[in-house]
Amino acid sequence: MKKVYINSIASISPQKTFDNSEFLDEVIIHEDQVFFAIEPVYKEYIPPAAARRMAKGIKMGVAASKIALQEANLEQVDAIITGTGMGCLRDSEKFLSGIIDNNEQFLTPTSFIQSTHNTVGGQIALELQCKGYNFTYVHDSNSFESALLDAKLQLELEEAEHILIGGVDELADHTTKLNKIIHHIKDEKASSNNLLDSKTKGTVFGEGANFFVLSNKKQASTYAEVVSVKIFNTLSQNELAETASNFLKENNLTVEAIDAIVLGNNGDVEFDRFYNELSSKLFSNTQQVCYKHLIGEFNTASPFGIWLASKTLKTQSIPSVLKRNDKNTSSLNTILLYNQYRGENHSFTLLKSC
Amino acid sequence: MSQGVAITGMGIISAIGNNVAENFRSLVEGKKGISRISKINTIHKDAIMVGEIEYTNSQLELLLGLTPNNNYSRTGLLGAIAAKEAVANAGIKNIATYKTGLISATSVGGMDMTEQYYYDYLEHETHRRYIASHHAGDSTQKIAEQLGINKSLVTTISTACSSAANAIMLGARLIKSGQLDRVVVGGSDCMSKFTINGFKTLMILSDTYNTPFDENRKGLNLGEAAAFLVLESDAVAKVENKPILGYVKGYGNANDAFHQTASSDHGDGATLAMEKALQVAGYTPKDIDYINAHGTATGNNDLSEGRAIIRVFGEEVPDFSSTKAYTGHTLAAAGAIEAVYSILALQNNVIFPNLNFKTQMNEFNITPQLELKEKTLQTVMSNSFGFGGNCSTVIFSKNQ
Repeated sequence: MKKVYINSIASISPQKTFDNSEFLDEVIIHEDQVFFAIEPVYKEYIPPAAARRMAKGIKMGVAASKIALQEANLEQVDAIITGTGMGCLRDSEKFLSGIIDNNEQFLTPTSFIQSTHNTVGGQIALELQCKGYNFTYVHDSNSFESALLDAKLQLELEEAEHILIGGVDELADHTTKLNKIIHHIKDEKASSNNLLDSKTKGTVFGEGANFFVLSNKKQASTYAEVVSVKIFNTLSQNELAETASNFLKENNLTVEAIDAIVLGNNGDVEFDRFYNELSSKLFSNTQQVCYKHLIGEFNTASPFGIWLASKTLKTQSIPSVLKRNDKNTSSLNTILLYNQYRGENHSFTLLKSC
Repeated sequence: MSQGVAITGMGIISAIGNNVAENFRSLVEGKKGISRISKINTIHKDAIMVGEIEYTNSQLELLLGLTPNNNYSRTGLLGAIAAKEAVANAGIKNIATYKTGLISATSVGGMDMTEQYYYDYLEHETHRRYIASHHAGDSTQKIAEQLGINKSLVTTISTACSSAANAIMLGARLIKSGQLDRVVVGGSDCMSKFTINGFKTLMILSDTYNTPFDENRKGLNLGEAAAFLVLESDAVAKVENKPILGYVKGYGNANDAFHQTASSDHGDGATLAMEKALQVAGYTPKDIDYINAHGTATGNNDLSEGRAIIRVFGEEVPDFSSTKAYTGHTLAAAGAIEAVYSILALQNNVIFPNLNFKTQMNEFNITPQLELKEKTLQTVMSNSFGFGGNCSTVIFSKNQ
């Protein structure tokens, strides 16, 4: 079986991350219930006429895909696999409120067309004229990990050489309101400085697009090897340590071999216990890294973890704003990532330097 | 020839029946499930026809033994019914005996509840439990819960109308690569005002019975449905000494890369998907005995698909028919619905008729199968195409 490499990365997030020459050099401290993405100048990536018709999520996805292709020095890929938890939310809200507000009259098709979950994957295919394999996964916090798993399988079996994968989700007003009334979004504003130590229920929501080119050939731009990814629809807190240990064992690794663990803590007092279970016990002596205080929580926030882990492995450094503890790590070669949302759809991902 | 993946169970609920046996009876008897809409109050009710499932949500909840405070969308309810039938049909007593995953497909997800309570949520607490079941993955989590699939690979695919075909494809690949021993694959989509109005604005809804591959076709009828298959590794099927219903022999996925909602004139994506599927199966076009076409009865699809079929099969186009006239277009579930029909065709050596056809299309001279036809079948090809240029083909075979 072939090995699988991350040959390029691209991130549009509530931090200024779209420039790959930087690694959180300048940190934006958000203080709100939702953190909006910092967008690049789109005309560098999308023809303005096309961009005008696209909602934010589509633009972020298409631009991130272009950045990822450029860095991998590719014009074309064999497959495009995207993940999105909520799909094109703004167009969905626009079309749905149109139906309700005007009693099913005076509707135009544009927002319906763009509301389907595979819009971003389809748009990228259209832009690249890529007639290859094209999938969109829509499974909550495992939307991106499903795409990663699928791409890895194809590359290992040499069914493809280069695959563009990505996760994208956008914030939309009505959905934000709804998540506030059910307290999935915190009742109060939270700051990037103290979200992770919050003692209240709910989290802050964010948005963004994180794209990568995965290949079964190493090249100069390569960041890391994707050693393994595993997803679980359910796991209880007391099954977590054992599951993590088994995952390491399957990859012939011990806890000591992990140089850093990237955790998806989002400051929700109800659900961060899953992360704490690992950080306070099995991985208490491991360098712990968190990121959702910078970008907020969304179904495809976890690929931001892959983005920062890739950066870490390549630069051999971890920006202090990401560190939850301070362990002396002489070298950074093996990184474990763990994520879940509200106690469901857990994932473990293992990256190695190369 | 390449290795197929064994199918050991199937389940379905659609406008033509609440289980596999009822669906088969309707197919053979030529009984359509298309009617005026009764469960959704829409201003378009006299201008459209749909394929509705008889059961109300309360009846489905009762069948599943759910408590009144559950937050299942109709997509989740329908999916759970069909998936449970598939697992029972596969004779599975304890799902945890083998490493079992679930891959489901949906385009609507929990939109049926969201559209009912969109503003009400803000005012009243009564239905707020449904807010968290809006997202597409929720119906899949619910189906996994109903099947007792825990701590496992569970995911959801949404590639518009090709979704469930892709779920079958991914499931087969996960079995072949040894990632899973067993996987339940399929899709579920319920009727919603959102999709009705969406397709209405695209002006591709027929005001009468849909007529696939007919020169005067006026568009599609929307349908709601769910269907699932159980796929098992050879090792499991052998140890358990299971009756095998058929095999997933080939699959192909391609993108038309032409337009967000329309198919290219000559069906480039569809052609590629069919060719790839033949290649994976190790077949030549001559090996296909019957094509269950996507055949939505829109002007664009049937022309594009017909041309693609001719491109792949040349002068020797096998018997083909669309079963959309029975069920309506069941969107993300369609690939799974038609997988069940393809397996029924193989098991019973029968080709289901393309109903409502009157006039030959001008652009080509291929004609769908119009009467129920008995014929020994070894292989069936099933096509599913969707928005976003997503084209998928799955090939089923009777024997390995």
